Amino acid sequence: MSASVTTLVNQPYKYGFVTDIEADTIPRGLSEDVIRLISAKKNEPEFMLEYRLRAYHQWLKMTEPTWSHVQYPPINYQDIIYYSAPKQKKAKLNSLDEVDPTLLETFAKLGIPLNEQKRLSNVAVDAIFDSVSVATTYKEKLAKDGVIFCSFSEALQEHPELIKKYLGSVVPIADNYFAALNAAVFSDGSFVYIPKGLKCPMELSTYFRINTGDTGQFERTLIVAEAGSYVSYLEGCTAPMYDSNQLHAAVVELVALDNAEIKYSTVQNWYAGDANGKGGIYNFVTKRGLCQGVNSKISWTQVETGSAITWKYPSCVLIGDNSVGEFYSVALTNHKQQADTGSKMIHVGKNTRSTIISKGISAGKSSNSYRGLVKINPTAKGARNYSQCDSMLIGDNAQANTFPYIQVQNNTGKVEHEASTSKIGEDQLFFFAQRGISSEDAISMMISGFCKDVFNQLPMEFAVEADKLLSLKLEGSVG
Amino acid sequence: MIIENSGLILSVKDLTADVDGTPILKGLNLQVRAGEVHAIMGPNGSGKSTFSKVLAGHPAYTVTGGEVIFQGANLLEMEAAERARNGVFLAFQYPLEIPGVSNLDFLRVAYNSRRKAQGLEEVDAFDFDDLVEEKLDVVKMNSSFLNRSVNEGFSGGEKKRNEILQMAILEPKLAILDETDSGLDIDALKIVANGVNQLTNAENATIMITHYQRLLDYIVPDFVHVMARGQIIRSGGKELALELESRGYDWVLEEALGVGV
Repeated sequence: MSASVTTLVNQPYKYGFVTDIEADTIPRGLSEDVIRLISAKKNEPEFMLEYRLRAYHQWLKMTEPTWSHVQYPPINYQDIIYYSAPKQKKAKLNSLDEVDPTLLETFAKLGIPLNEQKRLSNVAVDAIFDSVSVATTYKEKLAKDGVIFCSFSEALQEHPELIKKYLGSVVPIADNYFAALNAAVFSDGSFVYIPKGLKCPMELSTYFRINTGDTGQFERTLIVAEAGSYVSYLEGCTAPMYDSNQLHAAVVELVALDNAEIKYSTVQNWYAGDANGKGGIYNFVTKRGLCQGVNSKISWTQVETGSAITWKYPSCVLIGDNSVGEFYSVALTNHKQQADTGSKMIHVGKNTRSTIISKGISAGKSSNSYRGLVKINPTAKGARNYSQCDSMLIGDNAQANTFPYIQVQNNTGKVEHEASTSKIGEDQLFFFAQRGISSEDAISMMISGFCKDVFNQLPMEFAVEADKLLSLKLEGSVG
Repeated sequence: MIIENSGLILSVKDLTADVDGTPILKGLNLQVRAGEVHAIMGPNGSGKSTFSKVLAGHPAYTVTGGEVIFQGANLLEMEAAERARNGVFLAFQYPLEIPGVSNLDFLRVAYNSRRKAQGLEEVDAFDFDDLVEEKLDVVKMNSSFLNRSVNEGFSGGEKKRNEILQMAILEPKLAILDETDSGLDIDALKIVANGVNQLTNAENATIMITHYQRLLDYIVPDFVHVMARGQIIRSGGKELALELESRGYDWVLEEALGVGV
């Protein structure tokens, strides 16, 4: 591999700093007592504790999945800290001004200003630091329209009936090993409720920051879109550079009722470990959306650039007739990163449609796999799916794999799958160079072109961010 | 020693080059002046394509000796992109497909990088569109090709025409056409040759690398060189190509290298 490609793909991680803040951290390890402790710290209603304990006992009976195309040493679940929260001077904050300035500074440094003057104009942000939400912007303004946007902990206090109704309705406790673990120990996350007929006037977003070493982050996000409503939601994630691996096992549940639409975008930039694969986040995430109502639509867009290991399959269960599921993904791996990611589209209702557009970019010695399931149930008359999985290899030492699973159980279903592999190597760069175009510009043009179909799906502000993020990771001076 | 070198565009002296440690070019000499068209012919494996890539600066080839002077400057000291910006153009034998990058964007970025090197102002997208429209005529291409990804899904002939379109836009000082005739049917060959003929003038020069005399019926060379074993072993006028066509290469090799083949 030519020297230019090597230097271009090896940009340092910008978000690797640690915030020095006093934290309320519980001892390492997992047990019923730990779960009771977490639940007590959050002053949760009784049903929540029961739910957690049920999940814990379920988890104890399960084994870690091994089918994915990733390799890592066994995780010692007793060596993880399951709860760590920055100490706030006041238990209950009356306004954002009371948030510890160190935390505000941390988020400002990450490009997420939370204070009134500087905040993003049309984006409401829930900022999560280790195990807790530290601030949510525009909460009151949104409340006037009937939108609930708050931390999960707060939702449990203020809207327990909604949580009770929807929690676990899309990803049940026993769904998978990491989802069960999350259900037992999750500490915070975001809750969104969009009332009937409302087009949410702002982009909603959650920014996840892991700070403390050896801490696991287990967040839970729940979004409910009532009939005829629309919401666009974005999450971003970063973490400091530690030598040891950290576990991030999140669960995201989306529910779209009749004619509702949820657009969920992720820009994931967890610490990926160093060039030799030391450290980094294990990102084991379960994301699923339920298109429960007729004509409902759920669209996942993800730009995955960080994490030592990514294991996630944002999925749609298309129950309502004519409902639509979409998955647009760019996954970039470099050095020794491993990604096994894709989507599941489960067609149940009539004339349901789904689209999967997956773009994998592998550089360095990384491994990048697409894994997807398209299932057309017997009831899903006239269902259609279109999948496109493109891989791009940068250099000669990276790996790309595609594992598509297609199950069609009725003869009116229509499934299309396309795949391609392209390469940015010496010959491609020489072709551009021979026309006078520098390597930086050549890579930038090829990557932007490769990712265009996915970036077009991101909300405007974030499309620019995503392009910049890839530029940073790949292009050196350009961007 | 100073020799008459007015109009000299390219001067190659005793050029040797390796690929992966294997010597391919073994002392190549060539002089090309403005207004000239040179054809380099020769059997497979004679080093013709290697020569074109070495001139263009492909990183897989290592120059081990000799010199290459291009318009008075040491070409071998320049990176590939710098050579291109200074007017060296290589029409590829196998043009690559670049999915996701539109042909028009590619052409514009290439054009502007050449202009920047010439100290000229970059051209915006609107003005560039007008320029391209005009150049499309040279190779009789439809403007729909501009909005497609570079060479993606193009036929063999379309790819070659696209190469000549790039040449028309970049207006190189030295154009090297590497087996541009390969894989072309007679109609496409005529279009490509006609395009090249429109682009050659008294200020620039062309080196054509080809297996077959066929191309030379349409682009008539001033000089024909025979390459074998990494050297130019015989040079002559266009009639040499005709002789090669009827007699093959063996007799030239025998005469020049004294070997039975």
